[in-house]
Amino acid sequence: MYKIKSEKIFTGLIYVVLALLTLIMLYPLYFTVIASISEPYDVVSGNVILWPKGFTLDSYIQVFRNSEIWAGYRNSIVNTIVGTTLNLVLTIPAAYALSKKDLWGRGVFTTFFVITMYFSGGLLPTYLLVRDLDLLNKPYTLIMLGGFSVYNMVVARTYFQSSIPKSLYEAAEIDGCSRFGQFFRIAMPLAKPIIAVIALYYAVGRWNDFTTSLVYISDSDYFSLQQVLRNILMESQSALANIDASNVTAEQMVYFMRRAYLAEAMKYAIIFIASLPMLLFYPFVQKYFVKGVMIGSIKG
Amino acid sequence: MNKRTHSARVKGWKKRFLKNWQLYALLLPAVIYVFIFSYMPMYGVQIAFRDYRTSLGIWGSEWVGLKFFKQFVNYPNFLLLLKNTLSIGLYSIATFPCSIIFALMINEVKNVKFKKTVQMISYMPHFLSTVVICSMLTLFLNEKTGVINTIIEALGGTRQEFLTIPSLFNDIYVWSGVWQGLGWGAIIYIAALSNVPSELVDAAKVDGANRLKVIWHVNIPSILPTIVIMLVLSCGGILAVGFEKVYLLQNSLNLSSSQVISTYVYEIGIRGGQFSYSSAIGLFNNLVNVTILGIVNVVAKRLSGTGIW
Repeated sequence: MYKIKSEKIFTGLIYVVLALLTLIMLYPLYFTVIASISEPYDVVSGNVILWPKGFTLDSYIQVFRNSEIWAGYRNSIVNTIVGTTLNLVLTIPAAYALSKKDLWGRGVFTTFFVITMYFSGGLLPTYLLVRDLDLLNKPYTLIMLGGFSVYNMVVARTYFQSSIPKSLYEAAEIDGCSRFGQFFRIAMPLAKPIIAVIALYYAVGRWNDFTTSLVYISDSDYFSLQQVLRNILMESQSALANIDASNVTAEQMVYFMRRAYLAEAMKYAIIFIASLPMLLFYPFVQKYFVKGVMIGSIKG
Repeated sequence: MNKRTHSARVKGWKKRFLKNWQLYALLLPAVIYVFIFSYMPMYGVQIAFRDYRTSLGIWGSEWVGLKFFKQFVNYPNFLLLLKNTLSIGLYSIATFPCSIIFALMINEVKNVKFKKTVQMISYMPHFLSTVVICSMLTLFLNEKTGVINTIIEALGGTRQEFLTIPSLFNDIYVWSGVWQGLGWGAIIYIAALSNVPSELVDAAKVDGANRLKVIWHVNIPSILPTIVIMLVLSCGGILAVGFEKVYLLQNSLNLSSSQVISTYVYEIGIRGGQFSYSSAIGLFNNLVNVTILGIVNVVAKRLSGTGIW
């Protein structure tokens, strides 16, 4: 009797803790959304905690008036779509080739790739190389860099090795199908799930990447959305700081304060907009991501 | 005789190559890409041992040996950089049980709907960009306008500009990382737990074990190999503290805690143009990382029989 009771308490406790954790996971996102549609003054003075106050879309209008954000959006979308395509063209065929046990030099090639997971030239030698290749500050800089992930290739290779029956290839070979034919007509269609997983991994990485843009792009026309977001956040931070420091007339002060409030509220709108594509796709593709982790955890 | 075996061997080579040339063709683009963007910088890392001048090129620049490594070790803030990098790295690793505990709790939940919802929401933060996470932290922790300060004040505390307090930098960095990675990090353990044989659990229950005892004596030992591998992998990153997040949370006031090796390399290399010196620091960092990974792997293999190689 005593035992059953304690088991019940145990179960209840787990549910409560998990529910609390889930709320903590959700709250920052929820707050960002309600802050972005609330009256800027209420957000800045801390009146918004659980519910939106004084519904307004001013901050979104402000965001969409900003041409830098549009440019950032465009650059990030192009980088994500074209860049992910490049990633797949490099990764999937290589993964397929390395999944073939009769490929002479397979071990050497695998080592060639895996070494780069542990050793790298580092930031500066890479920067100098990119500079010498004349890839700094070009519209295609972000696309060209970050073209290949060894980890993703290993995941795809493991899938090719373990999920596509050898007999299919053998039958095709008897029918006179070339290695290319086997890749395009047999392996690719059967590997659709893993190609989707890898494409998603690459796309998320590209969409979220900030460092590449920071290091290799200084021309604001080619900034990624993440960098634009960062810059706007820094800018208006200094705008608020300037108010405290300068001695201006009361009227100017009111004007500046209003602008500063809006700039504050705008940040929440930008954060939400920058995460929106991710949040929209997420519920539909979640299971594919999880699948990728599972395949990746099998040692190939 | 000798000649014949030689030509036979060449023939064998050719045959194998011709049979598979299409596979090599599929492999080629990736090999070229990795060669250019990973191996050429490795070749270029020799500027760490030279006094690199752009006009002279890599080979034309004077060889100075370990000069820049010595310069780094003698840099007054060398120990501070190392301490900051190590403490952030070790602190992050110390939170790795969080995901395991989370997975063990999820594993106890029988209600499928609840389980699925918790999992789905907990994976979500993983997909937010570092810029978004850091922007949220900056906004929420702001002394005058941040919601965390508002809540703290409502609970009777005092407002603080958290991100400017050096002693709090590590806590903010690490626990926001836990917030972001808790669910995602748990996936692998949840999968491992689903493979625990139910006979084992039932047998333990028959023997009178309560659920905590089942977790401790059955579940945890069953996922131990997974735990060891994940731990070894994370140790490889002790000094590879992510540049992006530290850089984004950095400000002039918290620099005494937030200047780490990677941000220093960026600052003096990309911003300051000291190519050779910052290459030397980067190389130093890389070598230390690989050494630590190697040592941890050997230790893990000795202790538990599992490792990454």
